[in-house]
This record gives sequence, structure tokens and C-alpha cells, in this order.
Amino acid sequence: MPAVQQGPELLGSALAVSAILFSLGVAGVLLRRNAIVVFMCIELMLNAVNLSFIALAQQLGREGHVFVLFVMAVAAAEAAVGLAIIMAIYRHKQTVNLDKVNLLSG
Amino acid sequence: MQVVNFWLFSGIAIISALLCITRRSPVVSAMWLVLTMFSIAALFVILGAQFIGAIQVLVYAGAIMVLFLFVIMLLNLGRGEPTDLPGRLGSLIMLGVGAVLAVELWAVTRIVPDGAIRLPAGTMESLVEQEGAVGAISDPLFRDYLVPFEITSVLLLAAVVGAVVLAKRRL
Amino acid sequence: MPASVGWVWLVVVLPFAGFLANGLISFFWPKAKRAVSAIGVGVLVAAFAVAVSVVNGLSSDLHGAPYVLTYWSWMPVGELEIAVALQVDQLSAVMMMIVTGISALIHIFSVGYMRDDPGYPRYFSYLNLFVFFMLVLVLGANFPVMFVGWEGVGLCSYLLIGFWYLDKSNADAGKKAFIMNRIGDFGFLIAMFLIFQATGSLSFAEVFEGAPSTFTINGGTVTLITLALFLGCTGKSAQIPLFTWLPDAMAGPTPVSALIHAATMVTAGVYLIARANVLFAMAPISSVVVATVGVVTALFAATIALKQWDIKKVLAYSTVSQLGYMFLGVGVGAYAGGIFHLATHAFFKALLFLGSGSVIFALHRAYHHTGSHEDAQDMRNMGGLRQYMPWTATLMWIATLAIAGIPGFSGFFSKDGILAATFARGHDHPVFYFLWILGAAAALLTAFYMTRLMLYTFHGRNRSGKDEAKHLLEAPWVMTAPLLVLALGSIFAGVVNLPHVLPGAGWLEHLFEPVTELSHRYLPEIHLSVTTEWVLIGVATVIAVAGISAAAVTLKPESLKAAREAPEESGLQRVLLRKWYVDEIYDALFVRPTVWISRNVLWRFMDVGVIDGALVNGSAWSARAVGFIGSAVQTGRLAWYLLVFVIGTLVLLRAVM
Repeated sequence: MPAVQQGPELLGSALAVSAILFSLGVAGVLLRRNAIVVFMCIELMLNAVNLSFIALAQQLGREGHVFVLFVMAVAAAEAAVGLAIIMAIYRHKQTVNLDKVNLLSG
Repeated sequence: MQVVNFWLFSGIAIISALLCITRRSPVVSAMWLVLTMFSIAALFVILGAQFIGAIQVLVYAGAIMVLFLFVIMLLNLGRGEPTDLPGRLGSLIMLGVGAVLAVELWAVTRIVPDGAIRLPAGTMESLVEQEGAVGAISDPLFRDYLVPFEITSVLLLAAVVGAVVLAKRRL
Repeated sequence: MPASVGWVWLVVVLPFAGFLANGLISFFWPKAKRAVSAIGVGVLVAAFAVAVSVVNGLSSDLHGAPYVLTYWSWMPVGELEIAVALQVDQLSAVMMMIVTGISALIHIFSVGYMRDDPGYPRYFSYLNLFVFFMLVLVLGANFPVMFVGWEGVGLCSYLLIGFWYLDKSNADAGKKAFIMNRIGDFGFLIAMFLIFQATGSLSFAEVFEGAPSTFTINGGTVTLITLALFLGCTGKSAQIPLFTWLPDAMAGPTPVSALIHAATMVTAGVYLIARANVLFAMAPISSVVVATVGVVTALFAATIALKQWDIKKVLAYSTVSQLGYMFLGVGVGAYAGGIFHLATHAFFKALLFLGSGSVIFALHRAYHHTGSHEDAQDMRNMGGLRQYMPWTATLMWIATLAIAGIPGFSGFFSKDGILAATFARGHDHPVFYFLWILGAAAALLTAFYMTRLMLYTFHGRNRSGKDEAKHLLEAPWVMTAPLLVLALGSIFAGVVNLPHVLPGAGWLEHLFEPVTELSHRYLPEIHLSVTTEWVLIGVATVIAVAGISAAAVTLKPESLKAAREAPEESGLQRVLLRKWYVDEIYDALFVRPTVWISRNVLWRFMDVGVIDGALVNGSAWSARAVGFIGSAVQTGRLAWYLLVFVIGTLVLLRAVM
């Protein structure tokens, strides 16, 4: 396997891309009312963070890779539980529109 | 070559993410997200994390996104609702907030603390050469992080049980 | 230190023990009058005996005085170390003798006077407590301990004025005394703060020893301190402008009027100035203020006493007037003279009050027999009592001659001494001649109104009513015996400080020399020629005789009508009867504005408006308003929460950068 050569400028670029993807995820969460899409945006944010973990692991050690694995495990668990909750909500309200789920309204 | 590939996949990831959050239909959004995941997997490989890239494809694109699509179809949400996206002003505000966040995050990444720990260049590469891509990760995972690893398994078990309890009508 | 001086604590503790015992009895065995009498009188007699032995010990070694006995540290605060300490020197020893001696006599008198009162144990416990505080006042070795006594006697005065508290006017009189005293106490406190600031100490020894080096003569600080002290004195000793409480204080039992409001407590101001004589000597302006206020009070109160019908009111204004003399004395630098008049006044004024108490007692008993509700204190209801109460009449005449200043009686020497000292200071500044004239005029009025009191009470025909006259009796021996002792004092107490022209003169002045030593440096040397002294003595005699004979000639006790049929007064008589309307003026100037401000500013605006409205309800309203805003924020819409959350994150990120 050929060694991959990277410079520090690639690290900076990777972090910038990570920031952009994360912000897109946040914007998506803010924009969308559909619970499933909001959820997908959260996955996007997790991925963005993973990207910066990987980028920084080049310089700070392989523990970054380990953390990515943990993040993925958590993401998987979260997806399972989250989607189950969405199904429960849907069964209750016949919708997944978050504006209709407003029991917290003061 | 690496740099070109990096920017290529970065571009794909950003554009497909943008499309993901703007498409009205959840199914379409999900498809664009899958593309984003793939691009990020490619970026992982470019950044020297081949194993993680593979896991990314398997777990995210393979398992999690399938789960999403499965739920979308189960609930018959294929057609997007008109109220899913806010009006023009709302969208602008949300995107503006996102843009500010991006700028700020990027600015934060520029900060390099004094005396930050830095491995000598090529350390990761030599590790991968010695132990292989999987070995380089499994060594700390099963040695230093064994307890968190085991707890993760408990977490996954709990998630499974929880999902079943929540999703099933009657036990 | 002589061994017996070390027992001085017993003098203070004995009355306190009596207070505790009588207080307990008043709670648990209110009928045990014999025990109360035994304890209440016993502790005072014992205290007097101990005081005598202390003074005996002191006189065996006068050079060692002052003896300061420190018992324990009371307030050690940084640099300031206030100890509970007693000081025995010539001045406090004399005061201690007066207080314990007169108190013991008045306690004995009270046994008879208060015989049938349901509050008998309570009365004696208060009286014992008063003596305790009075002794703390005169024996305290520093300002804070003195202040404890000062406040304590005020408390007892309040309790005893309002002793028959079921009558609202008595309770009001008690409150009036307390509040007016508080105004004066404010001055005392300010003076203490200033003294501590200037000298860093509050003990008499250090403050007075250090005064010549700390203060400058006629300096601002010392003038301010002495004026503040004098404000305290005007409250406690009933001088202008804070004198109106004392006549009202006559609402209490008559022995209380004799003990607290004539002989002891009200003289505390004179004692304080005599104690702080160095400071006053260094502040000539304050001294002149003291003398002027004193003599003006003397004259002013004497005019009011001319027209009062209530026998105790006459004596009360007479007390205010005589206190004015004492302040004139200490104001012109005759500190020994002021204390001398204090001592003689204690004898004859206590005698007068107790005598009037006997009269009231007899009249009250008579009215009680017939069921009449006439005023037992109104002189118009008396008259001709001489034939029913010969002892009381004789003894009160002795006191009257003493207070009027007939030569040979004690009051003559003390009053003459003060007037002579005032006249002598006229050599420095003519204003003292003017003060002397005012003082002489007050003396004339004193002789007049006291004779009036005696004529209306004991001479002429009896006006108390036919049925009542049958029941008029002399008071029991337990009440007349103390009067006899006091009468002896009224006659002979003058020998302790005879005028300079007589042999053996000025014994008290010589005794006090160590106490007033420092102040002599700042006071001009006074030497009246022998001729002048004789002339002054002659003038004083003429004044006294003139006052008495003027009253005897002009007043017609035979034609006086009883209170129920007396006509309304008019003109100046009315003004004097209404006490120059001072109470009404104070009411209009201070009480009404205070009430108005309290009601409209403090209550309606501050309390109802600001505190209830703005603070109490306002905080509730603001909590509610915040709640409204808060609940409006809680839209229940996830996107909104997220937006707020993200904006918060943005702000935090900005802060991190």
C-alpha cells in the first residue's frame, strides 16, 4: 500500500470542509420540519465531526480513529432508537412534522 | 493527485449535503445524504483512514441509511409536505445562521494552541505500514480503550431493546 | 487600695439581687408583701451600709483615688478595650452616698405609700432595678458602662411613670419621657463616638488625663463633644428644650417622682458634666451654653410653677428650675457647687415630694371613704391641712425654707454658692452678670411659688369637703420617719460647703479638688472680696425673704375656691397655667409634622407605594412579566429551540475566539 503523502495544508482544508458540512447539517436541522430529515441532518453533523477527527489523527495520533469508531457505534444506536421514537410519534399523531409536536408549548 | 481528489470529493460532499437539506421529498434527501456519506468515506481514505472509510460505507451508507429509507417507506412519507420548508425569509435566516457558524468553526480550526502535541510527520503512515490499517486501530481499541469498547456493546444492546420497546405496538 | 473599697461591687449588686428576687415574687407570689418589703428595703439599707464603709475606706486613703476596679472585659474590639469597671473617687462616692441614702429612705416611705397597691412586688422590683442602674451610672469607670446605667435608669423611669398603665394618659407620659430621653441619648452617643475618634479610648481615666494634650482649648472637636454631651444632659435632666417630659412624669407614684424625677436620675446630667469637667473647662463656649440654658430653664420653669394647681406639677417645675441652677453652677465652672446643690436639692426636694405624697395619700384615702372622685392632687381641694397633718406640715415647711434659700438651711448655701460663682465670673465677661440677674429672679420666684404651695395646702380653711375632712389623718410613721431624716438633711447638709467668708468653708470643694484639678488650669482664678461675698449673701437673703413675704401678703388662701367651683383663668394666668403652651408648640412643630410625614410619606408613599407597591407587588408583577416572556419563548416548536440553541453556540464560539 503506497504511503499517502499529505501536507498541513490538506489538514486545514479538511477541517474547513468539516466545518462546512457541519454547518450544513445545522442549517438543515433548522430548516426542516420533517423529523426524519432532521434526523438525517444530525447524521450529517456526526459525519462532519468524524471527518475532523480523521484529519487531526494524522498529527495527533491514532486515538482519533478509535473515537470515530465509537461515534459510529453511538450513531447507530441513536438511529435505531430515534427512528423507533419517530415511528411511535407517527403512530400517535399521524404525522412527523415537528411543528405539530408542540407539547412543550408554554 | 491527492489534493485534486480531496477537493473533488469535498465538492461532491458539500453539494450533495446542500441538496440533501433542500429537497422537499425525504426519499430524495436520503439519497443525496447517501452520496454525501460515500464522498466522506472517500475523504477518509484520502486522509489515510482506509479502514474507517470502509466502515463508513458499511455502517452509514449500508446500514443506517437503509434504516432511514425503510422507515420513510414504512410510514409512507415519500411525498414531501408543503410545510416542510419555511418561507423565503425563514430560509435565509436559517442559512445565514449556518453560514455564520461555518465561518466561526473555520476560524476556530485556525487556532493552533501553543505547545500542541504533534507527532512527527509520517508517524501514522509508518504505523499503518507496520501493523496494517486495521492493526493500527485495533491495537489501542482493544488495549487502552477496552472498557469503553465493552460499554459500547452494552449501549448497542440497550438501543436494540429500546427500539423494539418503542416501535412495537404491544409487547 | 483600702480593703473596703474593693467591696464596692456589692453596692451595685445588692439592688440587682433585690430586683431579681422581687421580680420572681411578683410572678409567683404576688401577695407576699412582707417578703417584698423586707427584701426591697433590706437590700437598699444593706447597700447604704456597704456604701458607708466604702466611703470610710476611701477617706482613709484619699490620695490613691480614683480607684478603678476592673471586673471583666466587655467589648474587646481591635484597639478598643471596654471593660466592665467601677470607679471610686470623691465624686462617685458622694453620688453613691446620695443615691443609696435617699433611695433607702424612699423605699421605706414606699412601704407605707404603696401599701394597698396590687402591683406592690412589681413596684419594688422596678425601684430596686432603678437603684442598680443609677449606681452603675455614677460608679461606671468609662463612658459605655455609664451609658448602660444612663439607659437603664431611663428604662426604669419609663416603667415607673407608666406604673399604673391601665390609664392611657399614664402610659403616654411614660412614652413621652422615653422618647424625649432618646433624643438626648442620641447626643450622648455622638459624644462617645467623637471622644473615641479623638482619643482612642472611652475610659474616664484615659480620656480626662489625656484631654489637655489631645484637645485644644476652645477647639472645634471638644466644643462639639461637650455640646453633644449637653444634649444628652438636657434630655435626662429635663432642660430646655427637652424638659416637657418631666412634669408629665408625675403620672407615676409619688415616691417615684421623689426618687427618680427629683433626687437622683434627673441629676445624672449634672453628674455627667461634673465628671467631664475637663472637657467642659476646655470648651468655654459650651460652658456658657450650659450656664445659659440652665438659668433660662430655671427662670422659665419657675414662672410656670407660679400658676399650677396640681401640687406635684408645682414640685415638678420646681425640680426643672432647680436643675437649671445646677447646670448654671457647672456651666460657670463651679463643679463642686453644682454637685453641692444636687446633694442639698436631693434632700429637700425628696422631702417635698414625699410630703406631698403624704398629703395626696391622706386626701386620696379620705375621698376613697366617701366615694368622691375629686382630684386628690389639686391644691384647690386641700387647704388647712396643717391641723390634720401637723408633722407633714412642719417638715414640708422646713423643706420650703430650704429651697427658698433662707439662711441657715442647706438650700441657701448651695444656691448662694452657685449665684456667687456666677457673679464672680462676671469679672471675665459681663454676660455672667446678666445670668446672675436671671438666677436671682428665679430665686425670687422660687420663694414665691413654694410659699404659695404651702399656703394653699396647709393654711386657710379646708376645701376638701365636710365629709371628707373627718377622714383626713396624718400618714403612718413608716412614711413620716423618712421625712424626718430628710428634714435633718435639708437643714444641715449645707455645712459641707459653707461660703468662703465663714470658718470651715468649702469642705466639698476641697474634697473635689483632685477631680476638678485639671479643669482649674483652664478656668480663671476667682477671688471675691469679703465685702462682695457678704453683699451677695445679703442680697440672697433679701430675695428669699421678699419672695416668701410677697406670697404671704398677696395670696389669700381663705378666699380660694375648690376645684369644682373655681372660675376659668384668663390672660397671663392662663398662659402660665398652660405652661406657656410649650406642649402645644412642640405638638405643632414636631409631633404633627412627624405624624403627617409618617402617615403620608412613610406610610402612604414609602410603605404602601414603594415597599408594598413597587417592591412586594412589583417583584410579583415582574416575576409574572418574566413568566409571560418566558412562556412566549417556549413556543413548543423544535426549530425555534434549535435556533436559539445555535445562536447561543455562536455567541459562545465568538467568546472562545
